[in-house]
Amino acid sequence: MAERSEEVKLLGMWASPFSRRVEIALTLKGLPYEFSEQDIANKSPLLLQSNPVHKMIPVLLHNGKPISESLVILEYIDDTWQHNQILPQDPYDKAIARFWARFVDEQIYVTAMKVVGKVGEERDAAVEATRDLLKLMEKELVGKDFLGGESLGFVDIVATLVAFWLMRTEEVVGVKVVPVEMFPEIHRWVKNLLDVDVIKKCIPPEGEHLNYIRARMDSLKLKSV
Amino acid sequence: MVDEVILLDYWPSMFGVRTRIALEEKNIKFDYIEQDLCNKSALLLEMNPVHKKIPVLIHNGKPVCESLIQVEYIDETWPRENPILPSDPYQRAQARFWGSFIDKMLPGLGKLMWGVKGEEQEAGKKEFVEMLKMLESELGDRTYFGGETFGYVDIALIGFYGWFDAFEKYGNFSIEAECPKIIAWAKRCVKRDSVAKSLPDSEKVTELVPELKKKKRVQYKESLLFIHGCIWNCESVLFCSTCEPTHGSVCFTFTCISLSPAGL
Repeated sequence: MAERSEEVKLLGMWASPFSRRVEIALTLKGLPYEFSEQDIANKSPLLLQSNPVHKMIPVLLHNGKPISESLVILEYIDDTWQHNQILPQDPYDKAIARFWARFVDEQIYVTAMKVVGKVGEERDAAVEATRDLLKLMEKELVGKDFLGGESLGFVDIVATLVAFWLMRTEEVVGVKVVPVEMFPEIHRWVKNLLDVDVIKKCIPPEGEHLNYIRARMDSLKLKSV
Repeated sequence: MVDEVILLDYWPSMFGVRTRIALEEKNIKFDYIEQDLCNKSALLLEMNPVHKKIPVLIHNGKPVCESLIQVEYIDETWPRENPILPSDPYQRAQARFWGSFIDKMLPGLGKLMWGVKGEEQEAGKKEFVEMLKMLESELGDRTYFGGETFGYVDIALIGFYGWFDAFEKYGNFSIEAECPKIIAWAKRCVKRDSVAKSLPDSEKVTELVPELKKKKRVQYKESLLFIHGCIWNCESVLFCSTCEPTHGSVCFTFTCISLSPAGL
């Protein structure tokens, strides 16, 4: 434990998967932090000053020094507080974890967004494309309780985006993107996640979250169920 | 045990250059195997089954994919010589942030190089220059992005330098006029052996562009059919570039005009 007083503040947004994953990491490490809910439509001077390049959440402020981008923040947390390691120690295993984390954010997330954003044939195509990507994640879970192996790790934290955002959006959009018959391993993994205290504590409450997603879609004039 | 290090790469790749530089910085002997991206080798498909793209680093038979991940892997596996990332966690975070930023320049560059002439190309050029100016501001008056030491962010960006002549020719602008400090920095980097050995010949890259333009139209058609089954779905389509996967956005966006049968 550090001797000087540590000031950890998170500029985040309650419904953002990128903000929540930082909260999961901080909670796993047992680190007290101040959460500051940000209004994205009306960005605070602190947010603009802390992330002048992208002006986006999440931003972690550690003793006043800002770190931006959720994957960068997760690695910073792991580098700075080395107990309860999130990333594997072995360089090869670390490289594989980083690969899958980027896969979730750059492939699955981008493609899945189109399920929400498109309609008709384009939406069907997006669903197909998302399923093709998820099949790779499904394969990774065979014989494992978590993507990180026996316990929750870096990729699981990043992939909560799939478990608690993509899969929740199914209800609102009225499309089963991740049916259990096609993705039994992913469904098993979600159940495993829900058994972990830190996850239960850090994911947005389901009812409120679904309402939020519906409201967002209405405001963007997208059809919701 | 003697380390066996193989790099599957494509000579003009801006991303492969990063890995080559990192290996050279650490004085690691490696076998370079040039890949034919129109006719992908069994080894490439086996070692990168997810994206089927270069560069792929194979260390004692185990593959590592994605250039910035490879650079970190090299730094962690051979930590003693010429450290690439800083040891301080905050500085490491800053380096990773800028590495990620540099990769976000790709969509703009895609529009500049492969986009439809006129509006799309101009938009791409504007995006690229804006981002390069942010990097220039970050560099300030330092020798390298890492300060006095050549490091991660320098490696992340210098690969693009081999393509600067091509960007300037096809975008009809001068990078030096827009970002003189970046050009001065690049020239300093090129004096390093690791960089000089690894960068492709700018002239040869520029000569290659018309050939690549033709190939991209063919690849695009094939990948479109594979992903969507509908050749007319052209808006915001994920395009399979010859090198790296898309980074949070489409790499190369074509409008309906370039997708018409006459265009293909």
